[in-house]
Amino acid sequence: MLAWHFTEMPYPNLPPLESLSTMRVSLSNQHYDPMIGADLYNRYLDEYMIADDLGLNLLCNEHHQTATCLDVAAPLTAAILARQTSKGRICILGNPVANRGDPIRIAEEMAMIDCISRGRLDVGFVRGVPYEIFAANTNPTQTVERLWEGIDLCVKAWQSVDGPFNFEGRFTHRRAVNLWPRPYQTPHPAVWITGSSDLDNIKKAAARGYVFATFLQPHAKVKWMFDGYRSAFRDTGLPGGGGTAYMPLVYTADTEEEAEKGARELTWYLAAKSEPQYRNPPGYVPVEFNVQALKGTFTGRTDAMRQKSLEFLKEEGVMVYGTPDSVAAQIKRLYTLVGGFDHLLMMQQAGSLDHARTVKSMTLFAREVYPQIKDLARTRPLELASAAE
Amino acid sequence: MPSTAQSSSVSIQNLLLEVERRGAGKPLLLLAGEEQLEREAPFLDALAKQFEVIIPSLPGFGVSERPDWIANADDISYILLDLLDKLDLTDVTVLGCSFGGWVAAEMAVKNTSRISRIVLVDAYGIKVRGPFDRDIMDIWTSHPAEVAAAKWADVEKGKRDFSQMNDDQLTVVARNIESFARFCWDPYMHNPKLRERLHRIDVPALLIWGEKDGIVDTAYGEAYANLIPGAKFATIAGAGHYPHLEAPESFLATLHPFIN
Repeated sequence: MLAWHFTEMPYPNLPPLESLSTMRVSLSNQHYDPMIGADLYNRYLDEYMIADDLGLNLLCNEHHQTATCLDVAAPLTAAILARQTSKGRICILGNPVANRGDPIRIAEEMAMIDCISRGRLDVGFVRGVPYEIFAANTNPTQTVERLWEGIDLCVKAWQSVDGPFNFEGRFTHRRAVNLWPRPYQTPHPAVWITGSSDLDNIKKAAARGYVFATFLQPHAKVKWMFDGYRSAFRDTGLPGGGGTAYMPLVYTADTEEEAEKGARELTWYLAAKSEPQYRNPPGYVPVEFNVQALKGTFTGRTDAMRQKSLEFLKEEGVMVYGTPDSVAAQIKRLYTLVGGFDHLLMMQQAGSLDHARTVKSMTLFAREVYPQIKDLARTRPLELASAAE
Repeated sequence: MPSTAQSSSVSIQNLLLEVERRGAGKPLLLLAGEEQLEREAPFLDALAKQFEVIIPSLPGFGVSERPDWIANADDISYILLDLLDKLDLTDVTVLGCSFGGWVAAEMAVKNTSRISRIVLVDAYGIKVRGPFDRDIMDIWTSHPAEVAAAKWADVEKGKRDFSQMNDDQLTVVARNIESFARFCWDPYMHNPKLRERLHRIDVPALLIWGEKDGIVDTAYGEAYANLIPGAKFATIAGAGHYPHLEAPESFLATLHPFIN
């Protein structure tokens, strides 16, 4: 199992949260102080470099117009890390290709980072959470179609070596596509995609051999998605795809008390507020889901978890915290409950968790937990017998 | 649905369109607003006494199909012109409300050979001022309570009890919301070309606006009317974005002289 360090690069220096109606999309940027921002960017990048020294892998993402995430261009972060680190793999999870609307530019940027890092890059693609629709102004009713058209074009551009090709698709039209540079890895870097409910999408990822990643979900739902992913070979003939990844919030400490205190600070991320109009833009989820929403029975992931206790979140596998042995045991339990997984993505920093405590938790994890879980077997497809046929 | 109403599917270019026909008389094509609140409304009963009211569900609304190629009001207007051909209707009064009003304008700039007059009620469709001016309230970044207050003079009238609807009805509501966003997200609620085409409208036009419409205000309505040759503009007191629903009596009193 590979372990990855992750932070969304939050901006926690806000007025009391009770006084804000939202932390996303429309929170006035008068609350952003560039001097503080400069310190935060450099601090978070330092933490990635420490993670690299500790033998962890490095995961970054991007969001827009939100105090929860100052990383607005994951390729920039990845490019810095490609040059300033030397060991860990670097994964962008991911490129919001539906919202960004320029798959070829993304293909170029990824190829360049892959070359600078000498093949340490994994390339994720994301549809983007609902809030992202507003900053990008993407039509919310066709993000899935845009996502897949973008991924397929990007992958084709990476693999194409026999001269320019043209593309006239539904959302993108390009002439004479001919990537300089080509990616360092052949045929191309590993591709990751994310999801939280759409089983068809998950199976599509498996069929293409892409890694499937999901975040902050109760373990029963994670199992349901991973089972769907692993069973896709029955429909497609591809055994097991590229692997599975799960992200909990993780805090490792010398004592349980200290761990609980750290974990409590990480819940800042779960408590991030937004106004109702930003949570479910029209057509972002399928009609069936919106029928449930009209009935009041579908409220979305974050809302459901916002009110829960730390203990509950730990039980569900959404949060992993404790002493090193306890953290290792929780990860092994989670591994068993969901049918195994390949990548542990750890949000080890959120909210106002400071540098010293973030580094302490990362260090304890790398030195005392990681050795205990590193050799957990890669997940295998369901029904191995039929996969072998 | 009243006993005189008939609902059927009409096939236009392999697209199945839900079409209701109600009453008897000269044809009146009613293009409902994006929420499709018109079918049970009292103003419609009054119209059906005088006209045969033809009420298509626009592609993506009601149970009408929505093929991928249909992306905006411009595309939809061709389907409705095809519908007039298919039903062989002539001397048609087209009455469009809100999004339906925009579609009515898109039809009238293309072909009025089967159309005798158009009525646009608090319609969207054009951009009036500059790039930093918000001509049409952004209903998708505003709090739902603010949207309701902008839409209705009396917010109580706009409340819908979803708990009393079955899954089929809720599916229509959810689909209408989705299709409206599909067609109107970007450019937001307008076709940049329409403004330059409105001069082509060569049939009498009446624009009726709720005085308290906070989504598209009366200044927007007047600007719209000024772009259509000879168009008349009238406002309805005590009504917001849906004057035909909120103040049906004054709405009908304003409409009557124009359609007779």
